[in-house]
Amino acid sequence: MGEPVYRRLVGARLRGQTAYRVSFALDCLAQAIAQGVELAVISVLFRQVDALGGFSVSEVVLMYAIASISFGIADMAAGQLNELPDYIRTGKFDVLLLRPLGTLPQIMVSDVRLHRAGKILTGLLALAYALARNDIAWSPWTVLLVVVAPLAGAVIFSSVWVVASAVCFWLVEGQQLTSTVTYGGNAFASYPINIYPGLLRRFMAFVVPGAFVAYYPALALLGRDDPLGGPALLGWVSPLVALAAAGVAGLVWRFAVRHYRGTGS
Amino acid sequence: MRSYAQLALAGFRRYSTYRQAMFAGLAANVMFGLLRTSVLLAVVGAAPKEGYDVPSAVAYVWLGQGILAFVVLWGDTTLAQRVRSGDVVVDLYRPWHLQAALLAEDVGRAGYSVLVRFLPPVAIGGLLFPFRGAGPGTWALFALSAVLGLLVSFGIRFLLNTTAFWLLDNRGVLGLYAVASTLLCGLALPIPFFPGWARDLLWATPFPALVQGPIDVYLEHGPQWTVLLHQACWAAVLLTAGHFVLRRAVRKVVVQGG
Repeated sequence: MGEPVYRRLVGARLRGQTAYRVSFALDCLAQAIAQGVELAVISVLFRQVDALGGFSVSEVVLMYAIASISFGIADMAAGQLNELPDYIRTGKFDVLLLRPLGTLPQIMVSDVRLHRAGKILTGLLALAYALARNDIAWSPWTVLLVVVAPLAGAVIFSSVWVVASAVCFWLVEGQQLTSTVTYGGNAFASYPINIYPGLLRRFMAFVVPGAFVAYYPALALLGRDDPLGGPALLGWVSPLVALAAAGVAGLVWRFAVRHYRGTGS
Repeated sequence: MRSYAQLALAGFRRYSTYRQAMFAGLAANVMFGLLRTSVLLAVVGAAPKEGYDVPSAVAYVWLGQGILAFVVLWGDTTLAQRVRSGDVVVDLYRPWHLQAALLAEDVGRAGYSVLVRFLPPVAIGGLLFPFRGAGPGTWALFALSAVLGLLVSFGIRFLLNTTAFWLLDNRGVLGLYAVASTLLCGLALPIPFFPGWARDLLWATPFPALVQGPIDVYLEHGPQWTVLLHQACWAAVLLTAGHFVLRRAVRKVVVQGG
């Protein structure tokens, strides 16, 4: 069991989605436009000011790009957890428990949302623009950071998705609570974190480790000091934060499933 | 007329049954309000921009957070789904004007959303930040403007939904509206922040009537009657257009056997 099963499941989902070409193309287009809207917001903001929290427009676009690639990958992998309340309410979750596979991977591969590729693709374009426009001291280490940061960010966002979705085992209608840290986490990580007020920043940056998705890696790439006074090392630790987040997510999920009671309907 | 009032009441009751979901939705709404306030205050904190100082920027964000559910900013798919499933045939049979009936139900829904989706975020924004206040006259004009915004929003949503009569699968159309509306209506950013050409272009469309219009009336940015006139004209145009489009659309309906 294991690997070949998941590979076959994912393959089947991907083929299923590309079967309806027009619908799929429109979905991708909507994703790309949504991304364009967010970039337009940044550019309109910078019509009014020269710097946001002390960062120039190309520096903010760098953070935005890393955050949106991370979130795009996480949404593709873990976004299906938004359907968890449905699984619980209808009793479909019981079926997952009966199968000789993990419940979490089963939900995650139940629909790999390929149209999120639109978001990742436009995020990559924004990243290319930001890397060209910023003055980055290129070295093997910074190249590695450019590749690793979005992947670590994706693991962080996916872990947040898992932990927050686990709330639905207790609050079946609480799906919107999940959005505060998933979609909210993406919005938070897209801007320099020093613009947020104290309590909100501490919660979204360190409890939800949103600061390690884009802000600290971007500081390391730009070779800038943290205006909040954090050590330069923080820019390089996001893979470790991602590992820790994934571990916590695994534990929380296992705990939640052990406390699962069917709704009886 | 009485049956339409009852439809409105039913719309009100229907949405008041999901309480847990309501609190969860409020949490998400407040989180986005906090994030948007932070970004906007980073812009206007040092000096007022385009008529927005800190208290009016705060009022802009939280009135927007409140109004977005009132006008269903991201659009709805109820009628489109009924067209796709064929249930719309039953709706057309009934002794009512389908557009008026859906509007009555939407007014009931909006009435409920004032209590649970508008007042709480506005109150929270007012408690946490310096919120620009207004006299009772301004609040009354704001309420009028919000209701006109609801009519315009219903007009847009109805027309978008009727595309299902021709396209059957119009999810792409509705999806595009959902992603574009936050920017076009002035929720993502105040429309005065846009370059001049974009401002003029947007005010030539009905979209600012949904969010930016009521907020302009509240903040007394520009003469209030021009905003109200813009909204009233677009509401009339869109509702009339909806009436005629529905008449055409009904001829497209094919009742299949089974």
